[in-house]
Amino acid sequence: MRQVILILVVGFLGSTSLAQDLLISQATLHVGDGETVIENTDILIADGRIAEIAPRIPTNKMIQVVNANGRHVTPAFFSGITASGLTDVEAVSESVDSGYRELFTGLMHPEIDVRQAYNPLSSVVPVTRIEGFGYALLAASRSDRGIGGQGGLVRFDGGFSSFEGSDVIFIDLSGKAAKAFGGSRSAQWALIEQAFDESLESDAEDRELLSAAGAKALKETRRAGTFVFHVNRAADIIRLIDFAKAQRINAVVHGGREAWIVADQLKAADIPVVLNALDNLPADFDSLGSRLDNAALLDQVGVTVVFSSGETHNARKIRQVAGNAVANGLPHEVAIKAMTTTPAKIFGGESRLATVGAKADLVVWSGDPLDVTSLAEAVVIGGIPDSMTSRQTQLRDRYLPEQNDLPRSYIKP
Amino acid sequence: MFRKALMASLAFCTQIGLASDNAFPSTYQPLASEPTVIRNATILTGDGKRLDNADLYFDEGRIVWVGSGEAADNSRVIDAEGRWVTPGIIDVHSHLGVYPSPDVDAHSDGNEATAPVTAEVWAEHSVWPQDPGFSRALAGGITSLQILPGSANLFGGRSVTLKNVPAGTYQAMKFPSAPYGLKMACGENPKRVYGGRKTAPSTRMGNVAGYRSSWIKAQRYIDDWSEYERKVTEQQATNTGAEGNAALVAALNKPPKRDLELETLAGVLKGDIIVHMHCYRADEMVTIMDMADEFGYQVGTFHHGVEAYKIADQLAQNGVCGALWADWWGFKMEAYDGIQENIALVDRPEGGCAIVHSDSDEGIQRLNQEAAKAMARGRAAGLTIPEERAIGWITSNAAKSLGVADQTGTLAPNMMADVVIWNQNPFSVYAKADQVFVDGARVYDRFDVRLQPISDFELGQLIEVTP
Repeated sequence: MRQVILILVVGFLGSTSLAQDLLISQATLHVGDGETVIENTDILIADGRIAEIAPRIPTNKMIQVVNANGRHVTPAFFSGITASGLTDVEAVSESVDSGYRELFTGLMHPEIDVRQAYNPLSSVVPVTRIEGFGYALLAASRSDRGIGGQGGLVRFDGGFSSFEGSDVIFIDLSGKAAKAFGGSRSAQWALIEQAFDESLESDAEDRELLSAAGAKALKETRRAGTFVFHVNRAADIIRLIDFAKAQRINAVVHGGREAWIVADQLKAADIPVVLNALDNLPADFDSLGSRLDNAALLDQVGVTVVFSSGETHNARKIRQVAGNAVANGLPHEVAIKAMTTTPAKIFGGESRLATVGAKADLVVWSGDPLDVTSLAEAVVIGGIPDSMTSRQTQLRDRYLPEQNDLPRSYIKP
Repeated sequence: MFRKALMASLAFCTQIGLASDNAFPSTYQPLASEPTVIRNATILTGDGKRLDNADLYFDEGRIVWVGSGEAADNSRVIDAEGRWVTPGIIDVHSHLGVYPSPDVDAHSDGNEATAPVTAEVWAEHSVWPQDPGFSRALAGGITSLQILPGSANLFGGRSVTLKNVPAGTYQAMKFPSAPYGLKMACGENPKRVYGGRKTAPSTRMGNVAGYRSSWIKAQRYIDDWSEYERKVTEQQATNTGAEGNAALVAALNKPPKRDLELETLAGVLKGDIIVHMHCYRADEMVTIMDMADEFGYQVGTFHHGVEAYKIADQLAQNGVCGALWADWWGFKMEAYDGIQENIALVDRPEGGCAIVHSDSDEGIQRLNQEAAKAMARGRAAGLTIPEERAIGWITSNAAKSLGVADQTGTLAPNMMADVVIWNQNPFSVYAKADQVFVDGARVYDRFDVRLQPISDFELGQLIEVTP
């Protein structure tokens, strides 16, 4: 009954071993470009990268083989804008490093970088990885200063410093944020604009809102990074589009519940939208226009769409989010693209396109990768098959036996 | 499982229960319906059976037959070839109406977090029937739901079970004759909320002391009313024939003062009100079951039960249901040991009663997907869980938890015609409810905008926007 994928030479783990050669055979490969699916193909991996994609690749008999047997293979998915590795337990505040509050300074702090707190040994990381996720955007959460700080992409390869891409600064434009930061949207915009202006000032006497480090971080991100704006209301998105144009910054909308209303303007400004396709309730006065086909409507006019579930521990739910977007009109391969190559491109990471030369971060799925009854059967990161164990699988295996003579503490899966 | 409740009720008179029995009565009336035959469907009955290429007939709000049979000539006939039919989906844990959309402070009516014991509050008095969440849930096939108070308190108050029909008052949604529930909570929430204010409880042992003190008061309340009843009965018997005797007896015996808090707690001890207890940790759930033994009541359902898999056998032996999430974990310490096989493992023992609940205005819209995830995890762990079993987690077991299993949750003759037609196997992310029937009335149709209700709040919003 148990559906375990066939791995002919079962593997090795550990950071000391070099990525050995691996063959994934008979795959249905979703390349991640939004359209291409290659049926019944082999994928040869060498030195952690895809070496060849062809129908039948001859190999020597010592190679490790994962037989996909027709199943779907995709690049490892993006788990969204999360605090994976920044949080062990959300209600245990000393284990949470995704944001700051009540700092003694009166400044805004774009320089505070959540990546410094990233811990790949947190149980959250393998729990997420074995569900088919290979990378995430580490996010600085909402602060009481408008700017939450900065983060960036992280690859779930177990490394302590597996960061990729450019710096990403997080700015919250929601009504709730405005309430905590100046009391109104107008005050919020005035302060944000002042901070951006001050980032160009080298003399400390010309700055009221930023430290020298803050000014440097903001200036650098303006030059080569990305700004993620949490914003849902259509009117606020329009203000953001104007701001991004005036400041000549790379802007991304996060939330975007009413983005479909201003889809044409977003397209014209080439601003991507990171959304949760399950958001369909008027949760507040910022999001009266929430609807299930938001992603589909945006895609139809050519706006780039990415998913985020807003979850950290259950970041794996993003697959269900994408599935529901497809159920509500988004093309299937566009959803796969949104889970694989698109976020990497937006935030400056490695391409993730399943082509020769790319890093071999791949997943073999038991069925349609976007369906709720499918699961990841094999996760390959850098050419190395994951052990597919986590704290959760070990708890499961401790309590799965119906009888045990000794207390279950003696069962150590 | 009802032994304890029966013993408690033998020692108790009906007076206390009667005090609130007729308060805020249900005014629910089924919407207009017509005799309806659904043909050629894959039917999951909710109680473990799957019928392929089968028919279903309902009339006057009730199911007449399942499988095949005669239908009235004027029946509406729906060809459901390639589609699936299930009982209406039931969510045993919702805060729709009490924490409605929009989620603004003025709407935050779900938890009277001002004292550790607020058994006197009733969730229904907070329900805003214009919550847009109700119609979204309807589109996901939800036909009945329990609205619970929040979990800050040891005793959070009474729940209410609603039929998910659009209405201007909660009374017009109130499930006729459904028993009340009492929300209780274990663990971190009560001790955090009240301990943080330097009041009891601040520990788990403080929690348990708090429950027990309240049960003792409730026992005393029952005794006081029993004594009063006994005296009245005795004096009426000894004074038979006396002119105006009833008035005299009443004047001589002042009844105990009515107490809303103790009335609800006494209702539990009497077996009239079902306990729904928020509890995460396995060891705490066992403590609670021992406490229920001490005071002679039955725990109906543990909600959330992130560690329920560790004590699945004990839950089954005690006849306690587990209303659980498919995959939530880690948001607080008592949720740290969550596993995705929890529901399947609670379902495994003989008599196991597993339920998929939402506790979410998003999750309630796709409880079928939540059940699908739990089913897939159980299967991957080697358990045999066909769809016809897993559907019980969101239908018949949920109805049992709410005390309405003789009314809904199963497709069988004489049951309420609460029915969903799905466009495909509902255990898929792509499945959608095509039509939803409540008591035989078609209350939602995915292809007919006239049968897609929206709340007053949503009307006229974004009027300048055309999709």
